Amino acid sequence: MAYSKRISGRKFDELREIKAEVGVIPRADGSARFQIGKTIALAAVYGPKALFPKFLQKSDTGTLRCYYNMMSFSGSGERVRPGPSRRSKEISYITQNALLPVLDLKEYPSAVVEIYVELLQTDAGTRCAGITAAAMALADAGFPMRDLVSAISVGFVEGKLLVDIDNEEEHYEKGNTDIPIAMMPRTGEITLLQMDGFASKEELKEALKAAKAACMQINKAQIEALKARYKK
Amino acid sequence: MGKINVQDKDIVVPGEALAEGMDYLPSGGAFRDKENIYASRVGIVSINGRVIKLVPLNLRYMPRRGDRVIGQVSDVGPNAWYVEIGFYKEAAITLAEGSSEYIPKGADLTQYYAPGDYIIASVSSVSKNNSINLSLKGPGLRKLSEGRILTVNPAKVPRIIGKEASMISLIKNMTDCRVMVGQNGLIWVSGMDPEKERIAVEAIEIIDKRAHISGLTDEIKNFLEKGLGGKSGVLKKD
Repeated sequence: MAYSKRISGRKFDELREIKAEVGVIPRADGSARFQIGKTIALAAVYGPKALFPKFLQKSDTGTLRCYYNMMSFSGSGERVRPGPSRRSKEISYITQNALLPVLDLKEYPSAVVEIYVELLQTDAGTRCAGITAAAMALADAGFPMRDLVSAISVGFVEGKLLVDIDNEEEHYEKGNTDIPIAMMPRTGEITLLQMDGFASKEELKEALKAAKAACMQINKAQIEALKARYKK
Repeated sequence: MGKINVQDKDIVVPGEALAEGMDYLPSGGAFRDKENIYASRVGIVSINGRVIKLVPLNLRYMPRRGDRVIGQVSDVGPNAWYVEIGFYKEAAITLAEGSSEYIPKGADLTQYYAPGDYIIASVSSVSKNNSINLSLKGPGLRKLSEGRILTVNPAKVPRIIGKEASMISLIKNMTDCRVMVGQNGLIWVSGMDPEKERIAVEAIEIIDKRAHISGLTDEIKNFLEKGLGGKSGVLKKD
């Protein structure tokens, strides 16, 4: 039987419900909350501040450091073991690389800007929600940016292209392909592209096209949230 | 003729297209990419002839030479004081720039400024790698031994001062407080009457929260009049 209907009842290119807000952590220099369906990401930006140990300092530019973390109560029933893991280290690293192209830290030589991304609740697409929230938090903190960064995961279940994959689809028994993508909505430049599973060249092209349309929708929510802070 | 996509005083976010074509010029907070001009931060659009710039709504403090800043002494070295000014690097005050009076050789520097003291100083130099030097030589630059310190975002400082210092003199005159605003967002308030001092602090907090709203001077005036209940200094004397 072909995958003719999504488990959640959504259309194949339909995103889950998006809620976005900035300025949620008063003591942080910039912060944001991004919710897509049941996945909730909080991002807080601190800095620039002095970077230690000293040998990590770059004398011509600032450094960006990201920390991705899933709360121990965030999964669906199972406790997530706290502390860094192989997986969270990887996601911290790719978050950093997804955001660096829009930032210019040349004004802050030998400093560090830190972004903490915490997942309060997870239902797949956490790295994308984290990157989206982190981009909003950076803009909220007032860093000069070439563009925002929006991210979404697309994928294939039984050859059918799905946008914004949730946990049930990710663990579909007959296998799936999961492609998280982050891009700059203005220029369409891709800052993150990973793939778990298999896809042909044509399928990947199709997936990128769908991801771009979805990122535009996410970007709209980001812009609205950033502006809403200063309405009234 | 180029096209402009925004109006004066619109709030924009990074990546938003402000204008098309080569007829307009980007200034602070905006940049050109090929034909178009885009915003690079969250800010309010300000169009002046052909120049488009953004007034930022949130800012990290970036020291400039000549800025008057308020800071807290964090450390005392053998030849210098080190001051926390809300920047990622501590600022240094050398012995020569520490005071207009003569500091004898081998003097105990904590006698002048000890860790924890607040000072108002001017930025005398900013080096290429962002090392900051401050000076306490100059009129009005000194240790702040009384009053209280508030912290606001540096982006709000121009609003707190107001056009030709209109806002700050309004607060000073009506509450009989002495107020000094550092470019780094630290504000010193000191008044003889604690109640008036409290109202001055509240007024500044309102400006910090509502800096992006127009007609704020009138709002603050109303707030001060209401809070002081006819007890205001200069206005009543008139």
